[in-house]
Amino acid sequence: MTAIRFSNVGKRYPNGHDALKGVNFDLHSGELAFLTGHSGAGKSTLLKLIMLMERPSRGEVWVGDQDLARLPRKQIPFHRRRIGVVFQNHQLLFDRSIFDNVALPLQLSGYDPVDAARRVRAALDKVGLLSREKLNPLTLSSGEQQRVGIARAIVHKPKLLLADEPTGNLDPALSEDIMHLFEQFNSIGTTVLIASHDLSLINRMRHRVLTLKDGRMVADVD
Amino acid sequence: MSTENPSQKTQKQPRNAAQAPRRGAVQHRIGLADRSRSWRRHHREVARQSFFRLWVTPLASLMTMAVLAIALALPGFLFTALKNLDQLTSGLDTDPHISLYLKVDLSDARIDSFSRELLLRQDLASVELISPDKGLEDFKQYTRFDDLLDFFDTNPLPAVITLIPMARDADALAQLRNELAQLPEVEEARLDLEWVRRLGAFMALAERSAWVLGGLLALTVLLVVGNTVRMTIESRRDEIQVSKLVGATDAWVRRPFLYSGLWFGLFGAVLAWLLAQLALALVAEPVQALAALYLNDYVVHGLGVRESLTLLLTGMILGLGGAWLAVGRHLKDIEPG
Repeated sequence: MTAIRFSNVGKRYPNGHDALKGVNFDLHSGELAFLTGHSGAGKSTLLKLIMLMERPSRGEVWVGDQDLARLPRKQIPFHRRRIGVVFQNHQLLFDRSIFDNVALPLQLSGYDPVDAARRVRAALDKVGLLSREKLNPLTLSSGEQQRVGIARAIVHKPKLLLADEPTGNLDPALSEDIMHLFEQFNSIGTTVLIASHDLSLINRMRHRVLTLKDGRMVADVD
Repeated sequence: MSTENPSQKTQKQPRNAAQAPRRGAVQHRIGLADRSRSWRRHHREVARQSFFRLWVTPLASLMTMAVLAIALALPGFLFTALKNLDQLTSGLDTDPHISLYLKVDLSDARIDSFSRELLLRQDLASVELISPDKGLEDFKQYTRFDDLLDFFDTNPLPAVITLIPMARDADALAQLRNELAQLPEVEEARLDLEWVRRLGAFMALAERSAWVLGGLLALTVLLVVGNTVRMTIESRRDEIQVSKLVGATDAWVRRPFLYSGLWFGLFGAVLAWLLAQLALALVAEPVQALAALYLNDYVVHGLGVRESLTLLLTGMILGLGGAWLAVGRHLKDIEPG
């Protein structure tokens, strides 16, 4: 089954810049793939189209069996709830504890608090931060903050996990740790798409690599 | 038994059907009952949180509430004052009266027959004779100048006939007054109409002014709450963006701001209630003293249960409305991206 399908997708921003040009690819359910390219090659735009933070100018984007062009605005929140996202800048909230940051996706989906707490602790345990749940994320290192972001992305067990430069500011050892975390989630059936420009790391991991250059998909190597 | 119950069978079917082709990444199904429970839980939680959030910046919140209180107290005070005035004047007969002061030298028999003649007239709705003796009694009862009468050997008061004419328009009433004044038995005819009319017009003006002022102040409340909520939205921009990114609906994002508007409105109204009661208490004494000069027992009424509830409800509705305006205007601008 296809998890993500891009069919001749183009994205032109209002300033006339073409971020994506005629992009085609399929990502199957349960696959792990890297999306690479120089900064400005269109990686973030591609992820934004999947998240419906942007709409394509041309072509079709499918997630699962949903054509995103046919998804009304009101359904966007529910679409986003089916996806876990890890951001380069973590996007954590510093006015609340680590626990509450991770619990946010469950709270807004209306989980029972007891059930939610159990899931939050399971997610924090997975990223090795269970003992820090009561702390404010500000007290954590950048790598740890990123792991909180990952815990939040997987706490509701999404079928699809996206990551935008998840190892952007991390040293090589930490980066490899984070990537192995993603491999773990992939091994239990989660489809994972990771945008990264860390080529040496990507080459060591031996997964499918999609390469963007100036908005075009120039390589798709398994 | 169970085979005879078809509804039980059909109920089971969709569950099996739903299991077969799983749609996309739907993992955790939340039932309708669970959803409504979590919806109510979220409302309680958000109401509580936005209440406590007010007191994170106590001075700013209190300032806002004070402005709201003044804006709400003024109409509250005015309408209560009007209600009192209304009560005061509702006891007054607003029918136009004509009082005929008869000549003092008329005999009792002549007075009696004159009033009977008037009774026969078609243009009068009521005729009431107040004999000099009755007039004297009333005078003693209603004024404190009864010892003044000791200076007179005989009753100095004339007989008075109070009439209520059928006519209502000013010209006809004036004409009737003039006609009655011409009668030989009549010393003087007085039309008691103008002051009632003036009072009525004054009351209507005061009431209209109170509504206009109330409307303007309601607009003030809307704008003050709207502006306060707009600043709250601005200060929580990150939270809104992150929440939207992980799948918050517009309603979910909106909720805390609507509740803070509601709280502002409620607390503003409670303060307004206190202010209005205080203001009424301050004017009650002089009003009572003034009223005592005209009427014997008049009590100034404060805001009753109904008025108090109306004030609170108005405050809450305006607070919610102001928040709604701000939310509708500013929340759409904050999209992740």
